[in-house]
Amino acid sequence: MISLPWFLGLSAVLFTIGTIGVLIRRNAVVMFMSVELMLNAVNLSLVAFSAHFGDVHGQMLVFFALCVAAAEAAVGLAIIIAIFRNNLSVDITKINLLRW
Amino acid sequence: MLTTYLFILLATFAVASAVATILSRHAVTSALFLVLNMVSLAGVYLLLKAQYLAVIQILVYAGAIMVLFLFVIMLLNTDKEESVLKQISLKMVVSFLLGTAVLAQLLFAVAGWTDTLPMISAAMTEVGTVEAIGDQLFTRYVLPFELTGILLTAAVIGALLIAQHHNKKGTS
Repeated sequence: MISLPWFLGLSAVLFTIGTIGVLIRRNAVVMFMSVELMLNAVNLSLVAFSAHFGDVHGQMLVFFALCVAAAEAAVGLAIIIAIFRNNLSVDITKINLLRW
Repeated sequence: MLTTYLFILLATFAVASAVATILSRHAVTSALFLVLNMVSLAGVYLLLKAQYLAVIQILVYAGAIMVLFLFVIMLLNTDKEESVLKQISLKMVVSFLLGTAVLAQLLFAVAGWTDTLPMISAAMTEVGTVEAIGDQLFTRYVLPFELTGILLTAAVIGALLIAQHHNKKGTS
């Protein structure tokens, strides 16, 4: 059995990659994918804690997080489609309607 | 020993595909690398003996959510962007530094608590089976479980409403 810090380290690395992805990309769809990466990293650390402490509730939380992530993906992608219909672009530097 | 090698292999796959996701030029390539990332994470879940979540991860993420992503990318017909590596600017450097700060903080937090974690016994890892999850799901968590159904229905209706094409004048 591998010890817990390895899983937490992997989770931290994936979370960081997701953060950098949100910051450097301009395509809204790819930014959204980076958010999914971060969600997955947090899920991984929850599962690792749950398995190591022998507590099933962490995995229940991951289950509900997956459901909410599915709902969030549906609504988020619908919003991206609506933005694309108004702006004909998903480049977030060109979506500046609310910019001061 | 085998699990260690498997972990290293899966972790390498996960990190490499995550990096490829954020760096690839075309959104479709990003989506397919994200699928690879999800599948290797499901493998890591299997190493943690969370069988149910591994299957759900592949079904929900690689199966449902990524198909949704691919359909949206197809609808949007975005062009190939310029490679991220060719447009290095001050913003990117700052982003990278911020990311490094986040990583350092997370690893510091992990490293600071390693000696306080308990030792692992064999009985502790038997919580990820379908029986254990289903037992909790239909007794203690039955109300949140039903509410999840309502949430998903509301999300589907909301997504339809948002993405619907309006023909009326003014709304476009």
